[in-house]
Amino acid sequence: MTAPLLSVRGLRKRFGGLVATDGVNLDVRDGEIHALIGPNGAGKTTLITQLFGELTHDEGAILLEGEEIGGLTTVQRVRRGLGRTFQINQLLPDFTMLDNVALAVQAQEGHSFRFFANARRDESLRTRARQHLATAGLSHRAEVKVADLSHGEQKQLEFAIALACEPRLLLLDEPMAGLGHAESEQMVAMLSALKGRVTMLLVEHDMDAVFALADRISVLVYGRVIATGTAEEIRDNPEVRTAYLGEGDA
Amino acid sequence: MSDGTTTDEALNPAASAAPAYGRSLALLALAIVLIALPFTVQAIGQPALVPLATRVLIYAIAAASLNLALGFGGMVSFGHAAFFGIGGYVVGILYRTMTDDGLFLGFIPGTDQLLITLPAALLVGGLFACIIGALSLRTSGVQFIMITLAFAQMLFFLFVSLKAYGGDDGMTIRRRNALFSLNTRDDITFYFICLFVAALVFLVLWRIVGSRFGMVLAGIRQNERRMAAIGIAPYRYKLAAFVISGMGTGLAGALMANYLRFVSPDMLHWTKSGELMIMVILGGVGTLLGPLLGAAALVVLETVLTGWTEHWQLVLGPILLLVVLFTQGGLNGLLGRLGLGRSAP
Repeated sequence: MTAPLLSVRGLRKRFGGLVATDGVNLDVRDGEIHALIGPNGAGKTTLITQLFGELTHDEGAILLEGEEIGGLTTVQRVRRGLGRTFQINQLLPDFTMLDNVALAVQAQEGHSFRFFANARRDESLRTRARQHLATAGLSHRAEVKVADLSHGEQKQLEFAIALACEPRLLLLDEPMAGLGHAESEQMVAMLSALKGRVTMLLVEHDMDAVFALADRISVLVYGRVIATGTAEEIRDNPEVRTAYLGEGDA
Repeated sequence: MSDGTTTDEALNPAASAAPAYGRSLALLALAIVLIALPFTVQAIGQPALVPLATRVLIYAIAAASLNLALGFGGMVSFGHAAFFGIGGYVVGILYRTMTDDGLFLGFIPGTDQLLITLPAALLVGGLFACIIGALSLRTSGVQFIMITLAFAQMLFFLFVSLKAYGGDDGMTIRRRNALFSLNTRDDITFYFICLFVAALVFLVLWRIVGSRFGMVLAGIRQNERRMAAIGIAPYRYKLAAFVISGMGTGLAGALMANYLRFVSPDMLHWTKSGELMIMVILGGVGTLLGPLLGAAALVVLETVLTGWTEHWQLVLGPILLLVVLFTQGGLNGLLGRLGLGRSAP
């Protein structure tokens, strides 16, 4: 077996007396969609935020392709191939959809100390941005300002921006949260179309989506991973049933 | 998807061409007005309006430069008077050094050549902005406002105590800097020098705002967390914008010193920072031509109101309040809604 793309070892994070992440071990294999589920307050977003470097962990190691990235800043981790979407949308509200994605494309081309040429007329940026918008099913809304978009469209835009960064590992923090049924199905279709091309760690409450998409599932409860396995293994795991599925979420 | 893009392309040029067309027409009209202005006011027997318009142009350069940091970059600097004053003192000190036939700091000869003093003011303004910015930009929000204010006040008191250069009283510059064989003493000539510099500054700012750098800067203003997540570390972009902003403000200060033929610590006083901010807010934060409108409004208001009462700021306050409360985007936004071109995004 090849080494996992992402390997988390004994990750720990305390907020005062609260242990939000309590010795998490987690492997994400190259090419898989790995779902991370767990009840509210289990520390899923906290974990994602630590993996992305926006929050520093207290103990443990984060290895990307065998290299420790735990000491790097968010920007450095992005350059190493990490990407994320946010549960609470982090967009540029004064910009159009196309601007948002084009800026992400631009960011991948190294520094932006170019002061003269009009970036909005730069077809190399715009064309690629349009492609990413098309992948996310947003082509028809490219010129709409983010502030004027629906919540669902903003979620899809989050995803398009993350794609534009061409990550090797994409951390998806509840991409379906707040979406309607049709929008949810669209997002599932989008993610499954990208399966194999982009490795994903998917935090999601929508169990139908998780079981439809995930190659493997890890269950996080009170900051610990209590089980990892295929959908069947997780469904049949008694510990998971009592801790999580039994609570009526499935 | 294919019909998605075709409607896209069909809509875009139509949607953006009309305002762009109106905008360039408005710009052309503005250029004609500014070029014709000195001759018009002479023809109607009001030659005193030429120096007034010159002051508007100089303040417009300073305000537009501040606006790059404040409006486009979201860095609320309350210390831009420092760069304005430093630009002024560059002209003053170089002139004094020349007349004394000495060397500033032991190795810099003096000069009264505008082609040297203006770039010098630009550079020194940028240098100070680099130092102040590098330290201040480690903070944000209210701390940033306070720390820029503190740096500006430090420089203010430095120049107050510099007796060699007039201290509190400032120093007179006997003659305006020379440019080729032009008579810079002449109001109309000096107006056109300022107009040329202002046009250049606005052109450069316009290009910067639309460039890759400008997009990053606007992105940082809107959401730094998002920028980090796409791999952009905000600090050096903010610092670069702050330095450019300081350079433009220094340039304006150099022109002002020439205009007044006088520099004093007043140019560095915190109220000057406030005035520049008022111009930006009055005209429209984060718009290209807003600072010009704001500078014109403030200078004209000051001139008109001081004719009535020495407590002119008592009247200015409510006017500013009304503009902020009711125009959404300052005078530039107001003009935009009246159909005179669209305000820049």
